[in-house]
Amino acid sequence: MIQRQALEKKKSFGRRDLILLLAVLVIGLIGIVILYTRPAALNGEVEVAVDGEVVMTLPLSEDTEVTIEGVDGGENLLVIQDGTAKIESASCPDGICVRHYAISRDGESIICLPNRVVVTIRGGEKGDVDAVV
Amino acid sequence: MPLYKNDRTVRIVLYGMMIALAFVFSYLEHLIPLNIGIPGIKLGLGNLVVLIALYTLGTGGAFVIAVVRIVLTGLTFGGLFSMLYSLAGGLLSFVVMALLSRSGRLHIAGVSICGGVMHNIGQLAVAMLVLETVNVWFYLPVLLISGAVTGVVIGIVGGLLVERLDKYLRLRR
Repeated sequence: MIQRQALEKKKSFGRRDLILLLAVLVIGLIGIVILYTRPAALNGEVEVAVDGEVVMTLPLSEDTEVTIEGVDGGENLLVIQDGTAKIESASCPDGICVRHYAISRDGESIICLPNRVVVTIRGGEKGDVDAVV
Repeated sequence: MPLYKNDRTVRIVLYGMMIALAFVFSYLEHLIPLNIGIPGIKLGLGNLVVLIALYTLGTGGAFVIAVVRIVLTGLTFGGLFSMLYSLAGGLLSFVVMALLSRSGRLHIAGVSICGGVMHNIGQLAVAMLVLETVNVWFYLPVLLISGAVTGVVIGIVGGLLVERLDKYLRLRR
């Protein structure tokens, strides 16, 4: 019995697997369209939290550079430029936060796990064209 | 020569081999960073070994390999903190894959897709708890797609390997 099972050629990709794959891809694509086609939060704020506590809030419209002090002496250099925020350099070993794309939409965030730093975009008029000067 | 389940030497050799292979794959994965600006996207090469173990050694053996792999790679490349993330993703993914592979409703590719997706969901859940923020779910759509795509590739490769290795790895009672 065991031998017969072993000799049987097993299918590895069937109809149900294809339906599952397509379903997950469609859900993912819908999510991407909803989340990433939103306009930038023009009058939004950049909220910086370290270990769950908000340490500073900066306007997204003003170009600035700030060094964030994370836990265990870690540092992240936050740069706000042209209505987007990004981490220019960081002391963490993996550098995931540095490679992260520049954020500008409400709710988007850059996370540095080793330093427990979370940079989040908050609120603002969502792309109201009249607000552009 | 058939392999017997109660032969300790056979088990030690097989598990050791699988763990070493999973460890090497995890190391390879560290060497190839997928740089697209969104954290958490991985090939899931380590999961390939766990998947093969699940279909050949069975649930118990695959569980041992999954846990030992995460602890070893965590201690070697990451540290305790990143190990926590890997464990959450790895265990959730393992439980789902073990249940689905037993139910027989999906083939190995489907099981692997669910494993990949669940791995990412587990990590997001831990990130949410540790960082006390719900913003991590922003990454979910991208991670769903990456988990499904890498999952199906790993699943098809795993299927080919199981087909060829089954007669050597299947343990008899």
